[in-house]
Amino acid sequence: MTTRPNISKADLAEQFRTFVDADFVITDNETIKPYECDGMSMYCEMPLLVVLPETVTQVQRIMRICHEHGVPVVARGAGTGLSAGAMPNKEGVVLSLAKFNRILHIDPLARTASLQPGVRNLAISEEAAQYGLYYGPDPSSQIACTIGGNVAENSGGVHCLKYGLTVHNIFSVEMVTAEGDVVTVGSDGLDNGGMDLLALLTGSEGLLGVVTEVKVKLLPKPEVARVVMAGFDSVQNAGDAVGGIIAHGIIPAGLEMMDGYAIVAADDFAGAGYPREAKALLLCEVDGTEEEVLEHIVAAEAVFRKLGATSVRTSQSEEERVLLWLGRKSAFPAVGRISPDYYCMDGTIPRRHIAHVLIEMQKMSEKFGLRVANVFHAGDGNLHPLILFDANVPGEFERTEAFGASILNMCVEVGGCITGEHGVGVEKIRQMAIQFNDLELQQFHDVKAAFDPAGILNPGKGVPALKFCQEYRALEYKQHQHEHTEAAQHA
Amino acid sequence: MPDISQQLQEQVLQARSGKEKLSIVGGGTKAFMGRAPSSDAGALNVLNVGEHTGIVAYHPVELVMTVRAGTPLSDIEAALAEQGQALHFEPPHFGAESTIGGTFACNLSGPGRPWAGSVRDQVLGIRLLNGKGEHLRFGGEVMKNVAGYDVSRLQAGALGTLGVMTEISLKVMPGPAASLTLVQDMAMDEVLHYMNSRAAEPKPITAACWVDGKVYLRLSGAKSAVEATAEKWSGDVMEKGEAFWRSVQDMQHEFFADKDEPLWRFSVGSTAATPKIEGQWFIDWAGSQRWFRGTAELGDLEPLARTAGGQVSLFRGGDRSAEVMHSQPNALKTIQQRVKNSFDPDGIFNPGRLYSWL
Repeated sequence: MTTRPNISKADLAEQFRTFVDADFVITDNETIKPYECDGMSMYCEMPLLVVLPETVTQVQRIMRICHEHGVPVVARGAGTGLSAGAMPNKEGVVLSLAKFNRILHIDPLARTASLQPGVRNLAISEEAAQYGLYYGPDPSSQIACTIGGNVAENSGGVHCLKYGLTVHNIFSVEMVTAEGDVVTVGSDGLDNGGMDLLALLTGSEGLLGVVTEVKVKLLPKPEVARVVMAGFDSVQNAGDAVGGIIAHGIIPAGLEMMDGYAIVAADDFAGAGYPREAKALLLCEVDGTEEEVLEHIVAAEAVFRKLGATSVRTSQSEEERVLLWLGRKSAFPAVGRISPDYYCMDGTIPRRHIAHVLIEMQKMSEKFGLRVANVFHAGDGNLHPLILFDANVPGEFERTEAFGASILNMCVEVGGCITGEHGVGVEKIRQMAIQFNDLELQQFHDVKAAFDPAGILNPGKGVPALKFCQEYRALEYKQHQHEHTEAAQHA
Repeated sequence: MPDISQQLQEQVLQARSGKEKLSIVGGGTKAFMGRAPSSDAGALNVLNVGEHTGIVAYHPVELVMTVRAGTPLSDIEAALAEQGQALHFEPPHFGAESTIGGTFACNLSGPGRPWAGSVRDQVLGIRLLNGKGEHLRFGGEVMKNVAGYDVSRLQAGALGTLGVMTEISLKVMPGPAASLTLVQDMAMDEVLHYMNSRAAEPKPITAACWVDGKVYLRLSGAKSAVEATAEKWSGDVMEKGEAFWRSVQDMQHEFFADKDEPLWRFSVGSTAATPKIEGQWFIDWAGSQRWFRGTAELGDLEPLARTAGGQVSLFRGGDRSAEVMHSQPNALKTIQQRVKNSFDPDGIFNPGRLYSWL
């Protein structure tokens, strides 16, 4: 797929400096260092150089040069990604879009915002608030992550069961292709004729193009939102309650679940007043008009009680609602306090398997000798197990990775997938071989080649080379057989 | 409910080895869409997906249904209704035979589309026969899935040019508890501002259209919310609101009655001024979709659509041997040809149906 670049670092930098401010073509190791990883800091690599263009024309020229010389390009937003999707390529360029940070236009009547890709997710809603509008997808990293990265990862968040993912909330993107053309995909209209390239680009992890502008949909801010918190003495009951709410015809704005470990850690951290003795906690947010919310709150409380909730509490004020969410939103740093390191996984399962998967995960936790805390988007079955470990203990990270891989395999086994919203990146590239067969992976490679014939955009990410997959599957199979034999011996 | 996917696969393989072309047909109710087959494409054999029917899996609590692509919409909707659920994208039925596969390939959604999302929005995964006869699976049955490219949603609007969909997994939703329609007189030049202002309010609006000097707004959701909003907003409660929206959804409204006159579809910015051209307009989706009845050339309408931030296509009637979809810039044309080639290297499926060059 890729060949070695046929240009030296010095020549490349010199070419860039003819049209990019010399200070923003970074070649010295000390200044490059902060770019060596994204939010997935276990995976590091130093790039050849880092370039920070500030116009679309500059991006175009950079792409043309890199295309001509076969230089890998890794586009980077805020670097908050959790699958090492923005990990540099050692023979390539990191193309930072940090300077593209302007909100270009907000149209309150049409309810749209035109944005440069480096605009932070939360900044969109903050700016739109003056019109009573906001941007739907709200990933946990929304303070820092950027809309360009959100497009690359098809980011979701707490509210996506009701309001959708990035793909459901964008009108168009302007992007620079691998060959250096500027194209707009999508339009101000909702559905355009022809194959849906916009959907294909969303979540493509920087492998198909470099996004230089995004037009997003804004939503009217709901009149009111309230949250019902319910504690349960078993994950089974909590899992059933998730189904119970949906079966009742209520689509909550957010439906989140935490297990015992996470409840205590989050409550210690945020003082949210969670039921600390509970084995599982649900936070169910309902939003809409005053009348609608009241109707649904009453129904949700009744469903939880009927399905065995040991405690039910409903926010009576906006302050209380925010407090109840604070625990959930700070769950990751809270868990960070009870362990030197943690590894955040991301898989999706059909909701009906929630209890089974959590119970199995507990068994794995014992087998691997590592604790696991669970915080997840229960409404859409997106798990975020946090495996607690200590990177200073030799071998512990390797064991953590193996534990993580087992969790993802289980997700696929029950009909789910290996990544709900963090992307494949480098981190989950091996598991792609479990979810897809070689023909499917080859089709992905062929799609990639349609956009990027020279294979310069984020090479080595997202879709594994086929040769590698056969080896991984063989290894997994052996491991599986081994576990079965072990289990048989124990029986 | 037969699974004929193996038979379909054999037909594709046969077509490939015999250098034949295939016209993919489900219920055949959307034969009027897209371009007429190019005469130089040679004889087209029909690949009948309409026999590939049946609900493969339905878990109401998961809000997910998996169906074979030839399943009629009415079968799907009947199964959902038993559980109080529905297809929120309100697919048009152009006859009892309209299938889910055709609906998705044409990316057709009804009046609720701006609020509830399109058919493309609700698709979670597919099985697809590509032009090499490989039966592939993309996406899945879960709401969040970013493993691999979104090949499933790529099919929306591709008119079957990339492959034969055999199975589709969809997100389904509870039906609304209550619904009512407000109607009032309004001039065309006032209606865009009015509909968009209403849509910017946090109220349970789920459809907004204008035709014949009247604006129609639909409210759906919790009964109390619908009634309280209707009280606040102007307009008369329409007696047969449901029937009206049904006629819009299925294009049975009298605006669409003359099937010989060319019908153009403008997909544009919701607040963009309506082009001043001779003909009749039906404004739907709070301004995002505008139907135009009149004689015109695609080349003349394209600049108008572009000014309005969007695209235009010849939806029905007119000259179907020429292009019927909005033209593509060269760079995107090249990419789409390569994408087509990656799925269908021998150009077996629906040649020239979407663009003359695809």
